[in-house]
Formats: sequence, C-alpha cells, structure tokens
Amino acid sequence: MRGSWLGVVIVAASGAAAVGRPAMAQSLPPVTPAVVGAAPADVQQVRDEIARLIKELLALERRLLELESPKSLESPKSPKSPESPESPKSPEGPKSPESQTPAPPAPAPAAGSRMFNPDTSVIANFLGVAGRNPLSSQPVMQLSEAEVSFQAVVDPFARADIFLAGSAEGVEVEEGFITFTSLPGKLLLKAGRMRAQFGKVNTLHTHALPTADRPIVTDNLVGGEEGITDAGFSLSHLIANPALFLEVIGEVYRGDDPVFQSPERSKLAYVGHVRGYRDLTESTNIDLGTSFAFGPTDVGTPLAPGDPILNKRLIGIDATFRYRPPQRAIYQRLNLRTELIWSRQDLPLGARANAFGFYGLGEYQFARRWYVGGRFDRSGRVDDGTLHDNGGSIFMTFWPSEFSQIRGQARRTKYAEGIVAHEFLFQFNFSIGAHGAHVF
Amino acid sequence: MIKSLVRLLVMASAVAVATASPRAAAPLKIVATTTDLASLATEIGGDKVKVNSLALGKQNPHFVDPKPSFISLLSAADLLIVVGRELEIGWLPPLQTSSRNGKIQVGGSGYLDVSANVKILEIPTGQITRAMGDVHPFGNPHYWLDPGNGRIMARNIQVKLSQIDPPNATYYAQRYADFDQRLAAAEKRWDATMAPYRGTKVVTYHRSWPNLMERWGLDVMGYVEPKPGIPPSPSHIIALIGEMKRQGVKLIVVEPYFEVKTPQSIANQVGGQVLVLPPSVGGVEAATDYIKLFDYNVATLSAALRQTTGK
Repeated sequence: MRGSWLGVVIVAASGAAAVGRPAMAQSLPPVTPAVVGAAPADVQQVRDEIARLIKELLALERRLLELESPKSLESPKSPKSPESPESPKSPEGPKSPESQTPAPPAPAPAAGSRMFNPDTSVIANFLGVAGRNPLSSQPVMQLSEAEVSFQAVVDPFARADIFLAGSAEGVEVEEGFITFTSLPGKLLLKAGRMRAQFGKVNTLHTHALPTADRPIVTDNLVGGEEGITDAGFSLSHLIANPALFLEVIGEVYRGDDPVFQSPERSKLAYVGHVRGYRDLTESTNIDLGTSFAFGPTDVGTPLAPGDPILNKRLIGIDATFRYRPPQRAIYQRLNLRTELIWSRQDLPLGARANAFGFYGLGEYQFARRWYVGGRFDRSGRVDDGTLHDNGGSIFMTFWPSEFSQIRGQARRTKYAEGIVAHEFLFQFNFSIGAHGAHVF
Repeated sequence: MIKSLVRLLVMASAVAVATASPRAAAPLKIVATTTDLASLATEIGGDKVKVNSLALGKQNPHFVDPKPSFISLLSAADLLIVVGRELEIGWLPPLQTSSRNGKIQVGGSGYLDVSANVKILEIPTGQITRAMGDVHPFGNPHYWLDPGNGRIMARNIQVKLSQIDPPNATYYAQRYADFDQRLAAAEKRWDATMAPYRGTKVVTYHRSWPNLMERWGLDVMGYVEPKPGIPPSPSHIIALIGEMKRQGVKLIVVEPYFEVKTPQSIANQVGGQVLVLPPSVGGVEAATDYIKLFDYNVATLSAALRQTTGK
C-alpha cells in the first residue's frame, strides 16, 4: 500500500513536472545567461533543444512506468531462448512442436518490496512429562518454545539468520548473526549472537534434537538448554585436501551465558573446534570432531571487576556414524553418536573440580515416518566430579509429514544422591512457514 | 663481469621462453545438483569442464543429505547449476553458505538456475497451504522430464558457460548445436513411439511426471500419494483402486526411490502392472545421459502401455 502511494506521488510529480516544463521553457530564455543577448535564431535553437529534451524525458517516464508495471516482472531476464535468432539451428530442420512454441513466462515473483522479505517460519515445541522426579521442576505440560526465524541474503557478500525464541518467560533472541559468505582464503565469518560450535548437541536447536531432552552431560557441564550461546565472532576455515573434509573454527564470545560469565570486558570466552568428515561408502559416513572452550566463570556468585578470575576449561570429542542408503533414503537410516566431555572448573581458594561425562545415542528409521532410538547418559557434576548422574532413555518418533513430529520418550535417571526417577516425556514439534533445511 | 651476467640473463630468458609450452587451461569446475543437470552440462561443456553431481540418479532429489563432502566440491566450483523451483530447498542453501564461495551464491556469477524460460506446470493458484502437502509454490520442479525443456536448459547452460568462459564460447555453441540436433532426431523417434498411447490414463506414485505425461498426451488419473510428500493411507488406496477400476486404468508408474509394495498391491487389485521408471540420469544403468534417459523411459513406458492397452 505504501509502495502504491509512493508510486502515485512519483507519477503525479513526474506528470506535474512534465506539464510544467514547457511553461518553464517559455520563460527560461530571458533569464538564462547564455541566452541573454543572443540572436532570435539562437533562442529558437535553445527552445527546440529544450522541447527535444522534454520529449525524451516523457519517453523515459513512459518506459519507467512500463518497467514498474507487474507485467514486466513476470519473467526475469534470462538467457536467450533457443528460438532466438542467434540460436544455433538444427540442420535437420524444424524442431519438435514443443521446442517451437515459445515457453511460457516464469511465474511472477512476489511483487514489489515483498520480494525482499526474509524467509519466515515458526517452529513450536510442546513438551510434557509424567512420572515423579523430586529433582526436576519441569511442568507437566508446556509450550516450551515457539521459535520464529527470519533468514535472507543481506547483500552480495553476506546473509543473515535471526531466531527469536518465545516462551512463558518472554521473548529473547536465541540467535541473530550475519554470515560473510564471500571472504577470501576459504574463510567464513559470523558475527552476532549464536550457538557456539562446541561438539554437536550445543549447536542444535531444541526442535532439531532426536530426543525430547538434552543429554545429562549437556545439563551438567555445557549449560543445558541454552548452552554456550553468546554474542561474539566465529571464524572458520576450510582446509582443502583430497582425503577428507576438514574444517577449523575459532570463536570468541563476550562471556555471558550459562557456562561462562565474564566480570569485565577484557575477559572473554574462547571456543575452538576441528571437524573431520569422510564418506566411507555411498551410504555411510563418519564425522569426527574435537572441541575446546575456555573462559571466566562466577561459580554461582557474580564477580566484581578486580575479583580473582575463576576459569573453566572444557574439552570435547564427538563422533557420528551415519548409514542412509540413497535409494531408500526416505525409509531407512541409522545414526550413532557419542560425545565425551571433560570439564575443569577453578574454585575459590585455588581449588579445582574436574568432571567427565558422556552420552551414546542411536537412532534408527525403520519406516517412512517412524524412528526408534536409545540413549545412555553418564556425567559428573561441574563442581564435584565425584558425584555422578546416570540415565537411560528409549524413544520413538512419528513424523506425520515433514513439518510435524510426535515423540514419546521413557527416561530413567539415577542421580548421585541415590534418587531414581522414572519419567515419560512426550513432545509435539510443528513448523509453519518457509521450508527450512534438513538437519544433518 | 656485468656484461657476462647480462648475457647469461638474456640467454636464460630466451631458453625459458623457448621451452615454455602454453599451459592448457584448467577445465571449469561445475557442480550440478542432479545427474540430469550434470549430463546436460557435460553435453555442452565437453572437455572444457569437469562436472560433479550432488544427488545420485537413484536418489529422491527432495531428500538429499547436505553432507560436508559436498561443501568441499562447492568450495572449489566455478559454476553451480540448480534445478530451482525449490526442489533443493531442503538441503542446498546451508551448503552454499558453508562453501565460502561467493561465486555460487544466489545471484553470483557462478550460479545458474536453469528453470528460466522452461515450461513449468502445476503452478498453484489461489491460497497455498501445507494442507495441500509439500507443494512447490513456484510450480512442479520435475520439469526436466520434457525433452523440450531439456533443450532450453541446455541452452541456458551454454549461455552461462559462454559468459564465464568467453574464449570457449564458440566451442560451447557448437556443442549445443550438436546436442540440439541429436535431441531433435531423438524427439521424432520418441514422439512416433508414444503417439498410439495419447489419451491413455495412468497412475503415478508422486507428482514427478506431469511434464513427461503432457508431452506425450498421457493422462495422470491419480497418485499413490494422497498429497505430495504424504505416504499413502488405506482409505486413499481403497478410493484409488475403485477409481482405477471404474476408469480402466492399468498402469502405475513408480520412481525407483519409492516402495513398490503398495503400488503392487493396487496393481494386483485392478489387474494392472507396476512400472519402475527412473526420473533421472543414472536411475537405471541404461540411462547414462539425458538422451538415453528418455530412450530408456520411452521404450519401457511404451512397452508397458502396449501390454496394458493392447495397442
């Protein structure tokens, strides 16, 4: 609508100018220095020139209006069709009737500025839990998150991805970053707020997980649901070689997330990741990674500038094996994954806490819409590695379509305190809007 | 001393110039999202290009894993050729971003969507919702299954190659002319073979075949999938069987990446047959290039139609 009004104003102004100009042309000669004192023939020449320019201007305006009309948007300029005069002709003579018929125009793209709107989608995660667990405050049912995403190309050099997460607590920017896609030296730079490239689970949004929850080791050592999600920079480099896909990532963050808390600007958090990937066969591949994270923490008590810095170091190893036969890709797949994480946390008075945790997960698709899987968890606690929580889950997922999934998960957790919880989690994930990319 | 040095340098330069052979230009690296595009790119590019395809011919092109090994290929590519019309929307965009290759980003000098000016069918009109299944708002993306469109796609590739590699423009034009000639000759054969079956009704599993069916006047009466991307339900199958019996439809065309159990049980009920037909180059061993894909499909389809219609 705004565009229409603008168009009307421009056209009206152009029209007024076009109408007004002859009158101006009549009055111009007497005041134009170049014309003052000129012979009548010269004046006439100037008038003719102005009249010619006005005529050209009107022609250009007509052309502009034609270009602005929706019809002109129907078919983006494309290479000349085979039927164009320059097209090489078949020596055999006329082509098939189809090839002689001019192809219909491409479908009209969205008109006006709507063409530049970002791809928009909403993914909602409805989560429920049944069973007794005195150490969990998870409500029986909740819309744990509704994630709105906006994604688009910014300019020839970058694209942007914004993810807003809404929940009962409010709306927050889960991620929002710009990615520079055209840097030299096989570099990729991201700037903004993003999930750090530490291991696998930390990089995934909740709806992209194969389970209704995150592994215990993620909860205990890597910040749980939010994980290492912070404002900063991520620079990655592709090391070209014929043997395998090799990527090195270095990241720097402000230090304001569940894992790292920085009391001052000069103390930042750092994350590094090396990923190696290789296709074993047409149907199988292996994905290996190692991660490192380092940064300041407050160990539960906000630090003031000048307080002694308590650092945390995390080291992770992840391995994924995938099987997916290409011809049966929509019916069958197997994913096996493990992540091992070591944590070293500085404590007050020079003490340190070391902890280790891991999970092993397997997921198998046995029909077009059905998946089953299991996960084993074991993890120490970040401030006391001698306290171990153990768990095990089995889960089944049904995908009514590509855009929704229903999941049930039976979970047993044995906490270090000796408490054993048996729970049943259920989850409905659904998305609307633009078709997003599949998770790999 | 200086004189000797100068003489030595001059001699060395002369030897270097004399022995230096003109370095053969490296072939352009092309990555095509499907084997059909790869085949057309090879037809036009000849030995001036090196072509890789991301999806395999026997693979459902809607569901390709965005594997990191593809990033390596895309990273080094001079040209990325895509089917477009959102066929690759579920897997290509993150690969492009991760490729660190500005040329192959949408709108870049090394990006080519070959769907420009081709004949697109089933462009939805009115309101589009996911209740219609996994519909493509820009029309059915399986348009390469009309050889007339294949000619336009090849022409689009020729123009693009000429733009990014002007010294070989004449070579690409000659290759296109040769392909056009062979395709035109093949089209005459295919048209003649398929002519008796114009108007015959068939059923297909997915909406992969509208362009091929329209080209040869076959009428797609229904689909095994109730809606695009939605697996068949018992009620839909029962209704489909009833309709096939009522209209006397005997042939079910299935892509190689779908299960044949359901189509086979339908065929058993209606006294018909299932025909597995490859929509892409490499879908069967005999379909080694774009023209051979149609050679195989026309021969197989006409044989099945002959059997089911008695013509």
